[in-house]
Amino acid sequence: MTTQLPPGMHLETVDDKIMTLNVGPQHPGSGHMRLIIKVDGDYIVSCDPDPGYVHRGEEKMAEYRNYIQNIPHLERPVIHDSSNILYPYCLGVEELLGIEVPERAKYIRVIAAELNRCIYILYWLAIYGIFLGHSTMFMWPAGDRELFIDLLEAMSGARVTHAYLVPGGVRNDLPSNFEERCLRQVEYFEKRLKEYEAVFYQNPLLKARTEGSGILSRTDAIRLGTTGSVLRASGVDFDVRKKEPYDVYENLDFQTIVMKEGDSYARSRVPYLEMFESCRIIKDALRKMPKSGSVRTKLKPNPKGGNDEVYRRVESGRGAIGYYIVSNNRPEPYRVKISVGSFRNLICMPYLLKGEKLGNMPAVYWGLNYWPVEADR
Amino acid sequence: MSTIAPQFRLSRFIGSLFDLIFWVILIFSLVGLPIVFIVLFYIKLPVINGQLMTPYLAMTWMADPSRTLPIVKNFMHTTIFKVMAFPGFGFAALLAAATIFVERKFLAKIQLRVGPLYCGKIEGILQLMGDGFKLMSKEIIIPAKADKPIFWMGPLLFVGAAGAFVSLIPVAPGWVVANPNVGLLAVFAVIGFFPIIAVLTAWAANSKWTFIGGLRALHQMVAFEIPLILSLLGVVILSGSLNLSQIVVSQEHFWWIAFLPIGAIVFFITILAELERVPFDLPEAESEIVAGWLTEFSGMMYGLIQLGTYLKLYAFAGLFTVLFLGGWNGPMVWPPFPQDIITQGITIGPVTAKFPGLPLFDQEMLNGTLWFVIKTVGVILLILLPRGVFPRVRIDMILHTGWYKLIGLAFINIFIALGLLYAGVLGPGGLLH
Repeated sequence: MTTQLPPGMHLETVDDKIMTLNVGPQHPGSGHMRLIIKVDGDYIVSCDPDPGYVHRGEEKMAEYRNYIQNIPHLERPVIHDSSNILYPYCLGVEELLGIEVPERAKYIRVIAAELNRCIYILYWLAIYGIFLGHSTMFMWPAGDRELFIDLLEAMSGARVTHAYLVPGGVRNDLPSNFEERCLRQVEYFEKRLKEYEAVFYQNPLLKARTEGSGILSRTDAIRLGTTGSVLRASGVDFDVRKKEPYDVYENLDFQTIVMKEGDSYARSRVPYLEMFESCRIIKDALRKMPKSGSVRTKLKPNPKGGNDEVYRRVESGRGAIGYYIVSNNRPEPYRVKISVGSFRNLICMPYLLKGEKLGNMPAVYWGLNYWPVEADR
Repeated sequence: MSTIAPQFRLSRFIGSLFDLIFWVILIFSLVGLPIVFIVLFYIKLPVINGQLMTPYLAMTWMADPSRTLPIVKNFMHTTIFKVMAFPGFGFAALLAAATIFVERKFLAKIQLRVGPLYCGKIEGILQLMGDGFKLMSKEIIIPAKADKPIFWMGPLLFVGAAGAFVSLIPVAPGWVVANPNVGLLAVFAVIGFFPIIAVLTAWAANSKWTFIGGLRALHQMVAFEIPLILSLLGVVILSGSLNLSQIVVSQEHFWWIAFLPIGAIVFFITILAELERVPFDLPEAESEIVAGWLTEFSGMMYGLIQLGTYLKLYAFAGLFTVLFLGGWNGPMVWPPFPQDIITQGITIGPVTAKFPGLPLFDQEMLNGTLWFVIKTVGVILLILLPRGVFPRVRIDMILHTGWYKLIGLAFINIFIALGLLYAGVLGPGGLLH
């Protein structure tokens, strides 16, 4: 008896040697997504990422709310990097509505963005550690993250979803003794960060496991459209903060971290080294910031954008985040399109995992600096 | 609002309890007591020391230490006590559980946490017990497509094999459950069971993750069994015996770790791999294959596997102590039993109690146990410590280490042992023997 298949459908040929594994969505090493992995023994034959389990329609929701109401829900895709995902939206709306931002607010926005970048990278590093079975590297960053969460709580009043950046500046001014406290905590954190080096990055087992696995060459990294730390780990010197400086980044003193190797180890190390640069930026910004002044330009009630469109992007913890905002003389945006680093880095996962060992899967997967919720938006 | 018993009334509950007690007393006195008397009528009671051994007399004997202590002492030398309590199961489980608790607190301190804190008031000392009770109360879920008899058998076999391993470890002079002359070969035989159990249960669960985990466990254990056996041959060559108790006796003056450090290191690494501890915990690698060959176990089946793992941990640490660290040998630190308790008894106020059966344990046994426990706990802590600093290794790295590096080191260790033997330094008739 034969079954007639609908036209265009065909049965998959089954190879006895190949086993199909559904890594996720209920798998401790997957996140909110699924990887359909085919393995031949211990080697991965093919990998098919299947994101979309946490799609929330942020872009559509943005079309029904006015420019100010959009702030709290647009930060939901990455709640622990909320300042950075709101940053390009604020920049774009300011350009659309023609708002000037006070000088002090620009510095405060940079400080908030860098604090948030550290929070994100520490979270990422904690999961990287536990993915590789290193439980101490899970506990330490997860604990040290509290330093920055406390600072942002003092700034904005919320521990994770800050909604601190608004078009026209920041929501409220810094508390009275913030600068001194911030400097003290950042300096302590830099000391702690050096201990990570000894326990994790110089660990011979970690090096043996991640060095030389999942190599992404410079040309492939550009061709596949990767961004952020993945791109910089493959030897491409690209950072939006340097190439298209926004707010006051051009006045601040920092470097772009670039590594040549392009393997899992380099991809795990670039964000770690970027945290040192973030601390430098914070300290520099605290020094150069105007000590007093307005932090928020007052907007008209229910401001309307012109018949215009704008694209602005910033460097987040996971790479460039771009917002394409179209307005048509209404208080709500006509269209908001978010281009996120996570999704662009996910594209190279099948290329990297093909031919790898199954044991390398967590290191390659999490090294891509991929956050499923952000990719689905 | 409680939805469990909405019609609950305390007075009715207490009333029902009284009803229950009334009926129990009534039925017992009408039915139970006549049955007891009928049975006692037909049983022939023994006559001991010219007295008829009635149940009342037996009860008075239980309060007399001069009569009960010899019975207790006799019981302590029976096989069932050895298997269940002292050198066997109970002792091993208690020691392993205590060390696991210390390890959890210790690891928490490394990771800037507090560890178990609330269960048992004092620093969470009852946490392990709480975990055990939780596992007992959980439902056991068997996969629909599982091969059920083998799947059920897996945890029992695992605990059985671990218990067999524990029974071979000598704790103090004469205190060992099984003391065969080929003790070390018996140990190798028991260790050989574990990969078989892992693969059987992994296959029987009929899941992809357990299958991959089982094959990983098989590869890892087989790859590390050969360096394990080879690393222990040096000890056998030097001590000239396969009997574990005699190996301990042969270390009266020198511990073998002083002459065979390479063998000890190789054996220690193979212990980590056989126990699936970090950094060799890849049969249970969470981020790759969920929980490996334990994925489908739930409730007390998982609890039994954990219990078996603890017993195995104790047994391997004990084996390391016996073979390399001199077992029960150590300076006599245990105070001798005060003689005046035996001769004069204990006087509390007007009452003087005499205990002619004392002491229950001799001094050497207590001293030997003390040293054995100290050394074993140290080894267990060393086994658990890498969890704080190492990530997991990959399967090809582990096989490379096992088949290539450790076997080479184990052979070097054997050559060192042979050199010491033929140079006449150690061994029967040697300089230092």
